[in-house]
Amino acid sequence: MSSRPSQLAPEITQVAAKRAQAPHQSMFLRMLLRAAVLRRGRAASALLAMVVAAAVATAMMNLYVDVQAKLRSEFRNYGANIVIAGKDGASLPANALATVESALGEKSVAVPFAYVVARTADGQSVVVAGTDFSRVQKLNRWWSVSQWPSGTGQALVGARAATAISHSNKPFSISFQGKTIQVTPAGTLSTGAAEDSRVYLDMADFVAWTGIQPSTIEVAASGKAEEVDAALKRLGEAIPEAEVRPVRQIVEGEARVLNKTRATLLAAAVLIVLTAALCVLATLIGWVFDRRRDFAIMKALGASEKLVNGFFAAEAAALGVAGALIGYLIGIGVAAWIGRVNFHAPVVPRLSVLPWVIAGSVLVALISAVVPIGLLRRVQPAMILRGE
Amino acid sequence: MFVRLVYESFRRQKRRKLLAGVAITLGVAVATAMIAVATDIGDKINRELRSYGANLLVTPQEDSLDVEIGGVNLKPPSDGAYLSEADLPKIRGTFWHHNIVGFSPMLPANAKLADGKDVTVLGTYFSKLLRFGKDDFQTGVRITHPWWKVQGEWPVDASEQVLIGERLAAKLNKKPGDGLEIAGRALTVSGIVSTGSAEDDEVVAPIAVAQQILGKPDAVRRVYVSALTKPEDALARRDPKTMNQEMFDRWYCSPYVQSIAFQLQEAISHSHAEQIRQVAQNEGTVLSRIKGLMLLITLAALFASALAVSAAMATAIFERRREVGLMKALGAGNAAVAAVFFAEATLLALFGGVIGFAGGAFLARLIGRSIFAAQISIQPVLFPVILALAVLVTFAGSAAAIRRAVRFDPVFALRGDA
Repeated sequence: MSSRPSQLAPEITQVAAKRAQAPHQSMFLRMLLRAAVLRRGRAASALLAMVVAAAVATAMMNLYVDVQAKLRSEFRNYGANIVIAGKDGASLPANALATVESALGEKSVAVPFAYVVARTADGQSVVVAGTDFSRVQKLNRWWSVSQWPSGTGQALVGARAATAISHSNKPFSISFQGKTIQVTPAGTLSTGAAEDSRVYLDMADFVAWTGIQPSTIEVAASGKAEEVDAALKRLGEAIPEAEVRPVRQIVEGEARVLNKTRATLLAAAVLIVLTAALCVLATLIGWVFDRRRDFAIMKALGASEKLVNGFFAAEAAALGVAGALIGYLIGIGVAAWIGRVNFHAPVVPRLSVLPWVIAGSVLVALISAVVPIGLLRRVQPAMILRGE
Repeated sequence: MFVRLVYESFRRQKRRKLLAGVAITLGVAVATAMIAVATDIGDKINRELRSYGANLLVTPQEDSLDVEIGGVNLKPPSDGAYLSEADLPKIRGTFWHHNIVGFSPMLPANAKLADGKDVTVLGTYFSKLLRFGKDDFQTGVRITHPWWKVQGEWPVDASEQVLIGERLAAKLNKKPGDGLEIAGRALTVSGIVSTGSAEDDEVVAPIAVAQQILGKPDAVRRVYVSALTKPEDALARRDPKTMNQEMFDRWYCSPYVQSIAFQLQEAISHSHAEQIRQVAQNEGTVLSRIKGLMLLITLAALFASALAVSAAMATAIFERRREVGLMKALGAGNAAVAAVFFAEATLLALFGGVIGFAGGAFLARLIGRSIFAAQISIQPVLFPVILALAVLVTFAGSAAAIRRAVRFDPVFALRGDA
């Protein structure tokens, strides 16, 4: 092909060049396809290794991104991470709750609380709180409640308060600044903390009885640490007359556990992906090396260095892309399964992972093609064909 | 002849053996590291979860109702019952004392500043050295309340040094090193504490100072206990009174938050111990989620490394059809050929397994040290398990390829029509 007779007429040279080019193109494709079809077994085992690596990489990347969001929502079960309180115990403005809700996203929960110290019929002091029960249920999932109140005049009584003031769930009366109301306990509340000594009323009942507006709003802001910080800032600007502070215990605990988990996950992901890639490398190098006879025949038939390299590179790239695509699908399945089993919510497949998986797979495949070819280039084709 | 075949195969085909060996070694290393991390992560995360603070609260049994709003205690100090400080070291004598990371007693006392303003003095342990039997240990808020930040120095427990809350400090214009007069006592402010809750408006003092202000030596209002617990299950939630003896023993000997609370009540007289549900309930879910996640990832990793090893072995054998053809042409039976390959695979698996195990152990240590600043221990029992696993996976990976290689007609194999 390289030594074309120079004495021929220029038009013949052109035709020859055309002919040489036309089958040349299809020959290239044909060699690729035939290699895949005829050497099914080997191609399949190389592809299998590729698929496994790509699947593992996809699953780990998907999990790494999604698990943090999943864990963060678990951490929200710890309750409020922001507290908004009137300065020096003062009540918040009447529209505070609406302002807070508009300053926060939809996923966040805000619950108003108002407190007074009331007296029971026998003169004991007891803290009575007003709140919104449907919101509290969402915010404080750890509250162990026998029965949530459903109507007016019904109260949720803390476990210790129940034994002290309301024997056998009978209605009892409490008074504040001379005003007395009759309260029916709907259920008892157990938390192991200060809530156990309190009586909770619905906010409407509470305001009608005491005339006192909420003094505290507890907020569970969802999202990353930066998003919570931003929410903190927005809230401070929205209600300048109140004090807005993070619940350090919750915020710092979450940051710590999340960071450690993320680091472990990352270490595991890097380790697994690296191993998978190296195993593919080992398999593919063996595979390409074993095809030194193809290599030698191509060279013996006069293929240029460029063509041979191009052929092996194209083969490797095709293998990489095919492996990546199949692996991506399997990896998504694995990630979704892990999400379902562990978090009871599937991990959302991320398309943004796909280019990375394809790029990585092709890169690994190319490296494993280039290394043996570099070694083979120094060897005479005749030596290989003779089997030495 | 058999030994020689295997030996020569290793000697002459170093490259091929190396590639398969590398695949096995890496697979085993990842499997070892992941298993080690997954088995230990529960304990590590459990300790991290302790940064949420105490999960148990011990209060006097006959206490009157708390009158507390926003962390500020409105109950008159004369009211209610107290625990005895002398009982506290007994916490160290309970069955699960190894699981108790720390505890802090709290004693709020109302006092007057020099200018007549009211202030709450919260007596506690900072990092007090206690002794139970022959056992010395340190405990206090520095362990149970890790989110408390102190600017300046932490006070010494047996001293007249105190911490002052950051909002109170701003109001009184105090900085570390200043003097502070409370209830006629001259105290030194050693640092300013920021907690994000009620303590920011209080003075935090060694417990003896609060006891003297109250005039009640040995008194403690409540004790916060931080314990490593096991996630709650059906047994944990049952009432110990309804259990039979065998079930009760099992419940008592499991580190559930409920059984630790029960044991604390036994240790401290006239006390009532309760889980702080906000902390205790949630750490169970978080812990089981993270543990489950690592377990599933480990499973996926094991599966992937098994497949990778299998693929490597399959290719390695596929390449050697001509050898099989030659052996068969020379009269070797299928069993003899398979035996050679299996022997080679076993040797590779053992080599790869040992090196991979060492590498995996090293990786696990590296992860433990860099992420958790603690050792990740590797159970010795893991070694034979991992080796057996490596051999098994290598066998499984080779089996199909060997079967096909053996079945192949030697004539075609030798002519190279693979």
